[in-house]
Amino acid sequence: MSDSAIVTPPESLVRRSLKGLRGAPPTAIVGLVIVTAYILVAALAPWIAPYGEYQVVSDMPFAPWSSENLLGTDQLGRDFLTRIIYGARNSIGIALVTTVLAFAIGGFFGIMAAALRGWADQILSRFVDAVMSIPDLILTLMLLAIFGPAVVNLILIIAVLDSTRIFRISRAAAMNVVTLDFVEAASARGEGLTWRIVHEILPNILPILISEFGMRFCFVFLMIAALSFLGVGLQPPMAEWGSMVRDNAALINMGDITPLIPAGAIALLTVGVNFVADWFLGKSSGLADDE
Amino acid sequence: MTGTSILASGSHPILNMTVQRLGLGLLSLAIVSAIIFTAVSFLPGDFATAILGRSATPETVAAFQQKLGLDKPWPQRYVDWLGGALVGDFGDSFSSRLVSTVIGPRLANTLALAATTAVIAVPLAVFLGIVCARYRNKPVDRFLSSATLASISLPEFFIAYVLMLVLATKLHIFPSLSSIRPGMGLGEHLYRMALPIMTLLFVTLAHMMRNTRAALIGVMSRPYIEMARLKGEPEMRIVLRHALPNAIGPIASVIAINLAYLIAGVVVVEVVFVYPGIGQTMVDAVRNRDVPVVQACALIFSAAYIVLNLIADIISIVSNPRLLHPR
Repeated sequence: MSDSAIVTPPESLVRRSLKGLRGAPPTAIVGLVIVTAYILVAALAPWIAPYGEYQVVSDMPFAPWSSENLLGTDQLGRDFLTRIIYGARNSIGIALVTTVLAFAIGGFFGIMAAALRGWADQILSRFVDAVMSIPDLILTLMLLAIFGPAVVNLILIIAVLDSTRIFRISRAAAMNVVTLDFVEAASARGEGLTWRIVHEILPNILPILISEFGMRFCFVFLMIAALSFLGVGLQPPMAEWGSMVRDNAALINMGDITPLIPAGAIALLTVGVNFVADWFLGKSSGLADDE
Repeated sequence: MTGTSILASGSHPILNMTVQRLGLGLLSLAIVSAIIFTAVSFLPGDFATAILGRSATPETVAAFQQKLGLDKPWPQRYVDWLGGALVGDFGDSFSSRLVSTVIGPRLANTLALAATTAVIAVPLAVFLGIVCARYRNKPVDRFLSSATLASISLPEFFIAYVLMLVLATKLHIFPSLSSIRPGMGLGEHLYRMALPIMTLLFVTLAHMMRNTRAALIGVMSRPYIEMARLKGEPEMRIVLRHALPNAIGPIASVIAINLAYLIAGVVVVEVVFVYPGIGQTMVDAVRNRDVPVVQACALIFSAAYIVLNLIADIISIVSNPRLLHPR
């Protein structure tokens, strides 16, 4: 990909969003604070966490909260707080990789379908229609049963399934752009398909894709958490919030709220990202929602 | 395509379009079943050894593949499987029980759970959506809109465990686990389903309500609403008499789309509350990689989803005044 096309739009976008930050609603600012905090915890996990990710620190499983183990220990006697901190890194990292991959696949095919039209567009669109008529979680579960629950499989399956949504968005956005005069002018000049995509189409649909990113990330993040909670997502001993809830759920029947903390951590992050994404969507679509 | 069919049929565009939608529904069922069925052909080569264990001999592997039907050509296998599925026979599971005996009794439980939730959620969502559209940007609307935005972001199992902690463990109002046994009375059954239903309501209501509000507000920006307002009609009458009839189509389709959250929600909620339904069966089968059971469950869930969308499509065709009164 040519760097000129990639560098210019984000720059102006960053400047614009910094300007827009002053007029941001309180929910968006709360969201931004939450997201930043999570990213810091995820990035600095090995330095913040009191113990190692897999380190067994207590003979007693399900130990209560104490000064050594601030949130007690889990079902194997590992420090709960440490597992939550490393969980941030694993859950967010894997969801981020998956979302980026989904955008790469969906964006590529979406733009191609819009640029090529004809039978290529028909085949891709009908295939996406067929995949989207099966509920996401059901199709993911089935593919996991067939391919097995390895991390790579999990990432690939969710990325491919989620890319169908991004295919639709980027195809629709690119369809609006390809009919504009400057793209036709470019093809009249004799520019190739790749040049037109990189220099004309991509920069014009990038804002739409960026504002969708938050929503899609939340979706992928919740999907991975749900799968891990069901015991078919990220596998032990990796620390992951969904599976932490599952493994310690027995405590809830004793009135202990510890297992709700990782669940709450998932909820708080998605609320934060949604707040930011909602503000972004509202900005990029003007007042489309209300009028 | 639609235009020509209306012309050809003369005066029955509704019947015509309904038949067309039914055909499309059948077509997507056929495609979806083909996808679900074909997926088994993508089983990695080492799948048989993964299931049978390292000690599997070539003979047992061959027998296993024969049991899956992988030794027959694809079209024949697909027709056999689909033909069986139509009469409720999904073949043998890997645990050598009939798939139908594994999922049969649990299907009714899941249907009871989903149907009860839908019966409560759909009217409530439409009502709250109307309230929000009527009092747009007033405190009620702002509160409900941000509350629903927040609850959309919550994972199902978080809501489920919070409800369990508060209503079962602390307040002892409802049982924390929904063990259902055959022969249980209806009241007892509903009492044990209370927490799963409440969780599913939280999950589905928010999406449906937001979309109902958006559909109504979309209609409210049309000129004829402005006209009604200029005539001096009361706002509630504008919403109910003028906007709602024209929004029924969009509302029906967004509600059908959002019932997909009900399907995903059912799977998680059944696991949390140990409710004996096919969602839990499917998750167990995925963990044991019992592919025939997984396929059967996937087919049932997808068929339910397609049928719901079909119903919504037909509702929006039938509720379209332009089609109801053709010239």
